[in-house]
Amino acid sequence: MSQVEKPTVVPLEHPRESLLREERLPHIWCSGCGIGTALNCFIGALERSGLPLDKVAIVSGIGCTGRAAGYIKLDSFHTTHGRAIPFATGLRLANPELKVVIFSGDGDLIAIGGNHFIHAARRNIDMTVICVNNFNYGMTGGQAGPTTPAMAKTATSPYGNSEHPFNLPYLAAASGAVYVARWTTLHVRRLERALTEALLKEGFSFVEVISPCPTYFDRMNRLGEGLDMMKFYRESSEIAHGLDPRKADIDLGGKIIVGKFIDIEKPTYLDFQQEIQARMEGEPS
Amino acid sequence: MGRKKSPVSEGILKGEFFMSGDIACAEGALSAGCRFFAGYPITPATEIAERMAERMPQLGGVYIQMEDEIASMNAVLGASWGGLRAMTATSGPGFSLMMENLGLGIMTETPCVLVNVQRGGPSTGLPTLVGQGDMMQARWGTHGVYEIIALSPSSPQEFFDLTVRAFNLAEKYRIPVLVMADEVVGHMTERVVIPEEVPYFPRRKPNFPPGDYSSFQPGEDLIPPMANAGEGYHIHVTGLTHDERGYPVTDEITQERLVRRLVEKIRGYKKDIIILEEKGVEGAEVVVCSYGISARVGLWAVELARREGIKAGMLRLLTVWPFPQERIREVASKVKAFVVPEINYGQIALEVERSTGGRAEVIPISHMGGGLYEPEDILKAIRKAAR
Repeated sequence: MSQVEKPTVVPLEHPRESLLREERLPHIWCSGCGIGTALNCFIGALERSGLPLDKVAIVSGIGCTGRAAGYIKLDSFHTTHGRAIPFATGLRLANPELKVVIFSGDGDLIAIGGNHFIHAARRNIDMTVICVNNFNYGMTGGQAGPTTPAMAKTATSPYGNSEHPFNLPYLAAASGAVYVARWTTLHVRRLERALTEALLKEGFSFVEVISPCPTYFDRMNRLGEGLDMMKFYRESSEIAHGLDPRKADIDLGGKIIVGKFIDIEKPTYLDFQQEIQARMEGEPS
Repeated sequence: MGRKKSPVSEGILKGEFFMSGDIACAEGALSAGCRFFAGYPITPATEIAERMAERMPQLGGVYIQMEDEIASMNAVLGASWGGLRAMTATSGPGFSLMMENLGLGIMTETPCVLVNVQRGGPSTGLPTLVGQGDMMQARWGTHGVYEIIALSPSSPQEFFDLTVRAFNLAEKYRIPVLVMADEVVGHMTERVVIPEEVPYFPRRKPNFPPGDYSSFQPGEDLIPPMANAGEGYHIHVTGLTHDERGYPVTDEITQERLVRRLVEKIRGYKKDIIILEEKGVEGAEVVVCSYGISARVGLWAVELARREGIKAGMLRLLTVWPFPQERIREVASKVKAFVVPEINYGQIALEVERSTGGRAEVIPISHMGGGLYEPEDILKAIRKAAR
């Protein structure tokens, strides 16, 4: 009998195991969806950031992306539709040791939660908001939302969307965000770097992640499968760091401007609070 | 900077004061250890927010004015998970906006306090005038199957005391607690005595290390201990139906186990939660059953009736939800009738009627809001019932 050398058995281990709730896998996301990639980049950014992970809390709203909080092995909150940001505001102000990250979708953060988004940015509350934008409501079957490009077809715009979409970097910047970037799920290294920067930024930081939705949006608009979307992102993305974000509109099938648009310094809500506290203490009674 | 300091700026108040119900509510919260307030201006609850804006920075607490009441309720829930005792205060329209996330608080067993200084409704209604039309909304305003705790003060002193009690019940039973005041109690100014110490029920903390912790594993008393964010337990908290680990499991069995427990953890402790005030109920023929400002007018009517020789008594609900149906049923078998004055078209009256099981007549006294009854209105009903 010839001796055959047994192959070394490498135990299957997910490279992100330490930060995933493995018992909750497999996740709910469709094949070709970009949310997993965004989550992967986010976990990479968390590791790179050097933040003490016991002091990081993840808050999500409702929707496909909203499920992310449930897969991350950190303090994680899956709140009601649109309300991740105000919930996170309370969490952050109650315990200023916490780094609070909102990981949610475009419908959740910008439609039903749009008011909270602009006000948190205006207050410059210390939080990182990661918005996975797939241009429609995936969880409920591909309806039109506030980021759906004009004339795009969805389950609720079967003849084409007659609304203008929000340009999220422009909205965030105009509302007062101190860090604004956009990348697609093709740009994994740049996305991870942007997320790291956002996590380490004091104040309201915002990263938009353009993601495919092969099951609904991409199919209904004949944009192709997940891989086709990667090719599309490669061909139509244009890096423009420092560009005025008002020039970063997205049209159906048009070019996607990506990059870091805003990175400024501004006192945060807590900075003002500390200043007030110091003045009160310095005052003769 | 010329910022004028309030004479009461140092720490927690103690002693006798002359203050409005709204101010007493804010001071009650501070005495109870509340260090987070999120709110949105709304008459007639604004004074609570203003007082908190002044007082919180003095005590190292947080006051934040949110963009609306939806945000306020959520910020309060977040702050509770951040480890602070947290509250908000509002009135009808804001109360409506808070309903969805009151449900999130119930589902995620988040201790916090929500104050409603009721005004006339529906809709914008009577911003500056009294109402008690939100009592059923307090019970059933958020969707789904649940129990709730709601308290109702009849004076500024009681607004103070019941706000303190609300914080303790919230921690003890891990549930948002409602304080259902009204415009008259909120705005009337009376003597309020603030004691040296108030009762304090601390947060139920897990007494085991993070690895063994399941966020929603209840003890024998049906109530799970609560780890806050940032304590290393890596909790998961969701509004979805969840298992003991806090993970979403959306099926019939998990729903049955979770929701039945959420209901039973309140129903099973009614004796501890419910407080009633009874005056002359034993031996009475007619009992006035009421709450909030209506109970004060009711009590005056009871006294007038007794002067006329009518055996009248008063049963005042300091706890409105869960409803004291057992006591009402007991009393119902000994009296001819209940008279139930309230500033709505019969909400708690229906609960009283249900609880009597047909053993006694129930006479609702209705007022659509914007004012109070004359004691005479209630007295007439007492006379008629006693005949």
